[in-house]
Parts: sequence; structure tokens; C-alpha cells
Amino acid sequence: MNMEGKTWPFISTAWKFGDSISTDHISPGRYFHLRTNLPELTKHTLEDAREEYASNVKSGDFVVAGRNFGMGSSREHAAIMIKMSGAGAVVAKSFARIFYRNAINVGLPAIICNTDKIADKDQLSIDLELGKLKNETKGFELTFSPIPKEMMKILSEGGLVPYIKKYGDLKL
Amino acid sequence: MRHQIGKLILNKTLSEKILSRKVGKDVSAGEIIVTDVDYMFAHDASGPLTIDQLRTMGIQKPAYPDKTIIIIDHAVPSPNKTISNNQEKLRKWAIKTGSRFSEAGRGICHQVLAEDYASPGQIILGTDSHTVTAGALAAFGTGMGATDVAVAIGLGKTWLRVPETIMIKLDGDLPTGVYSKDAMLTFIGKLTMEGATYKALEFSGSAINNMRMDERLTLSNMAVEAGAKVGLISSDETTKKYLESRGRGEFFQKIMPDKKAEYTETLKFDASEIEPTIAFPDTVDNIKTVSEAAGTEIQEVFIGSCTNGRIEDLRIAADILKGKKVNPNTKLIVTPASRETLLLAVQDLTLQTLIESGATVTPPGCGVCFGALGGVPADGDRILTTSNRNFKGRTGNPLSGTYLASPATAAVTAIKGEIADPREML
Repeated sequence: MNMEGKTWPFISTAWKFGDSISTDHISPGRYFHLRTNLPELTKHTLEDAREEYASNVKSGDFVVAGRNFGMGSSREHAAIMIKMSGAGAVVAKSFARIFYRNAINVGLPAIICNTDKIADKDQLSIDLELGKLKNETKGFELTFSPIPKEMMKILSEGGLVPYIKKYGDLKL
Repeated sequence: MRHQIGKLILNKTLSEKILSRKVGKDVSAGEIIVTDVDYMFAHDASGPLTIDQLRTMGIQKPAYPDKTIIIIDHAVPSPNKTISNNQEKLRKWAIKTGSRFSEAGRGICHQVLAEDYASPGQIILGTDSHTVTAGALAAFGTGMGATDVAVAIGLGKTWLRVPETIMIKLDGDLPTGVYSKDAMLTFIGKLTMEGATYKALEFSGSAINNMRMDERLTLSNMAVEAGAKVGLISSDETTKKYLESRGRGEFFQKIMPDKKAEYTETLKFDASEIEPTIAFPDTVDNIKTVSEAAGTEIQEVFIGSCTNGRIEDLRIAADILKGKKVNPNTKLIVTPASRETLLLAVQDLTLQTLIESGATVTPPGCGVCFGALGGVPADGDRILTTSNRNFKGRTGNPLSGTYLASPATAAVTAIKGEIADPREML
């Protein structure tokens, strides 16, 4: 699998967040006027959860969180911002429904697994196809449930827009 | 196997029933379906992205312009040229494609849908999580992101996982001073903010049967605050009368779950035991009774939103505020959910009562709720709103705290300048 020119698995840094990170944490409503200027909006990614994230995240890093990541609004900007910020995937114990769907639709892998033992700055590698997450810093491996096959079809095309461009229809 | 093809199986939840009818075969929880959509809408918060995604996909026009609605409701009226240009882009797109268009000032998308479009058995998609509001009319309304809605606009269909259902049963009578908002906050306190993720909520029981449509819309509106995909209520005589009052009586059909419908869980509540309830920052399930919270100073009160900005909500507030003044230590902002709400409030002098009490009335729309227009609280302020969300920064300032309550609690709080129990003034 090829994501943003990188071949999985690769090793990157975890940015650890807590439970219940809402779409308002990820994409604060006060930047409403920037929603048609995605590069500018992306400078405020996760600003109300960790202000230092957007200016320090490196391409391929992982957003790692607790329960119910992305709760709240349907604003797809939240998923787009995380992807445009450079994150290679979001790993969380659970996701809010709309965010999960949006993430896959914009080509951002959303992985559900127990993140308790992952700390900030841990070095992780993730293999989406095998469903394995390796914590290189702490030396353990986790398995995670694969992304549902219908959604994997969308993700493997890079998102719903390229999927529709290719197939012209929903053929799940 | 719960369902066998070719046999008449009577064990469907409301979700399963609506979706089965739509796809023309028995479907049950867990199945992935591709289904036609009756209405799809985008508003000014996500509409520009929706149109961009359509263009990127190479789709020039909606599959069904008549079922496609563009609604300007968030930034009303537009506060700057960037937003004005975005709204103009939406306006032009709607005109060019022959889609329906709801101009700034007409109202909040979910209120517009309830007033003019939503009917039992329909599937409604919007670029807004509170599209679940239409569930009060037994319509399968659900929120999705811009790309999903763009695909629905382009193809006239979407894919869905048929949800499992949690039944919420509310029997008995709500006491004086206690409203559907208090009941819903109580339910979410029990369910938690993620308790219904990927699932449907269904509301039933004698207290639901006795509720007016506006009260039901409040319940369904907040289903997403427990993570739910949809918040459905069976259609009945109240639904029929509401549709008739909106000139859409011919769209009524009775839809209810089967008696043997299977629920993952049933939560039962006694309406007589529900108290005025308030959600404290920063999550909707962080609830306390108003009597526990009484005395907390509040610097701003907002009455409005798709949750509680309807005429009945404004009347409840006006009845309490009549002849009284907003406390000098707080501010009251009132934003009607739609132009019709505003007009009714003008006609029956509700608005006059609110203005005489010291309220600032703003144009119909989302108002303070989404944190980018007027009414942004100052650092350290506590804002009490009748809306549906209190996440950090929700009302525009991460250094403020947002509290959620009923219009009655909001009105009493505006008078006292601190959280107060509406039962004291009724």
C-alpha cells in the first residue's frame, strides 16, 4: 500500500491525546472563515487540544488518542486538517461515527486499538494490511481489527473522491 | 437469522423498517446497504467544500436538483467578505443547477427541513450532525461529511450500515418546569456521549406520545450527542397534524416499529422523576440537576439553535421574563430558529416581551451556537445556552465554559444572573 508516497510500514512519532477529542478541538469554530482556505485552516489543527501540534507535527506522524475521537460536528474539515497537517493515521480506542467515515473518505487511515500503552513521542510503525501496530520505543506489538472491507475499498483508492472518479458509482 | 427472504418477518425497529421500505427488501442491523436519498442538503459551513468535491469528481449537476437544498444558516448575516463570497458561490451554484435554495434569514437548516421538507419514511442527508432532528418526523435523517453528501447529490444515493437500536422509553408526565430538553440531557447523562455510537436511538412511551412536535424535535436533535446515527420517533396523530399545518398532510404515513422489534438495550425513565437538568462544560453527558448547580454565576445566556429556538421555546422564555429584567451582570441573546418563528414571535408579542426584558434579538440562524458569529463569550465567562453542545471553545472562546439547559432554565438564569431553577418562577 502506498500512502502519500510512503510505503507502509514506516516508523514515525506518536502525538498522544486524551479521550473525547471533539471536532471543536480539532477544527475550532472560530476559524469558520478559513474553511475555504484549507492550508491556512490546517495551521490550527487540534489547536484547542494541543496548541503545539500543528506547527511541530512531521509528515507521517501519528495522532494517537483515547475514546470517541472526533465527536461532534460533521465538519469534514477536521479529518482533512489532520491529513493535511501531515499525519499518516489516527489511532484511537474508538471513533465518533461521522469522523470515522470522513477520515476514510479523505484517505486518512483511522485505526481502532487500545492506545493505553502508547505514550507521547513513542516511535510507532503500522501495517494496515496485516492489522499490526508496533511500538518500537517500548518493544511491543498490537493487533487491530481491520477497517471494514467496504471502507477499505474507499481508503485503498485514496478516498471517496478518487473512488467515485474511478468507478463512477457506489459499488460496495 | 432474524430475517428470511420471502417471508413476512415482523421484528423490525423503526430504522430497519424505514430502510427496508426504501431498498425494497428486508434488511436488518449490521447490513451495508446502498439506498436512494429523498433530500440532501449542504449549508454555508460545509457547502463550499461539498461543491468543490463535486467538481473534483467531475460531477456537473445534482442527480435530482429538486431534492438538493443549499441552505445559508450559519453566518447570518455574513460578517465579512470571505464568508459573503463563499455564500455567493453557494447561491450561484444553486441557481445554476436548479437546486433548491434557502436564503440567509430563512432559518436553521434543521428547522427549515422540519417546516418544509421532512416526512415519515424519508432518508435525509445533511452536511451537519444535527440532521438527526428530522427523526422526530420518523424520517431517517443523518449527518455526514461534505464528500459523502457530495456523492449523494451527484448520484442521488448513499451507503449506510443499518444500525442497531437503543430504545429510550419515557412514561408518565413531565412535572411543571421540566421539558423535553431536561429529559434528553438526563438520557444522555445515562447513555454517555458515546453510548449510542454507530447505533440508532428510538424514543417511545406515553410522555413521548404526549409531546408536541417542537418538543420531539429537541429530543431527536440531540441524539447525535450520544453518538447516535439517527434519533427516531414513530409517526402518529401529532405528526399528521404537524404536516397538515405545514401544508404537507399528503406526505403523512404511519410508521412504527414492530412489536417484536429487537433492541440492543432498552432504557426506561419515569417522566415524573426528571428534574430541570444542566450539562456542565465540556461534555454533554456532564450533567447535574439545576438545583445542584444553582448559584453558579452566568455572564451570558443564549436562547436559540436547532435544539430550542422554536416559537414554543421563545414563548416559554417570554412567560418567565414578562415584566422582569435581565440581570445587569449577564446578557441575554435570543435567536429565532427560522423566519416563521420570528414572525410568530412578532405577531403574538413574544418578541416585545423579550426585548422589554433586555434581550438582544438576532436574525434567524445558528447564532451563538457555533462560535464564529456574534455573542462570543469573554475569557473566563460562563455562557448558558439552549443549544446542544458545550465542547471546549464551542461558543468561540476556549477560555470560556458552556452550559446547556432548557429555555425555562435559561430565562430564569438570565433574570438571576446565576443558574436558577425555573420551578421558582412558575
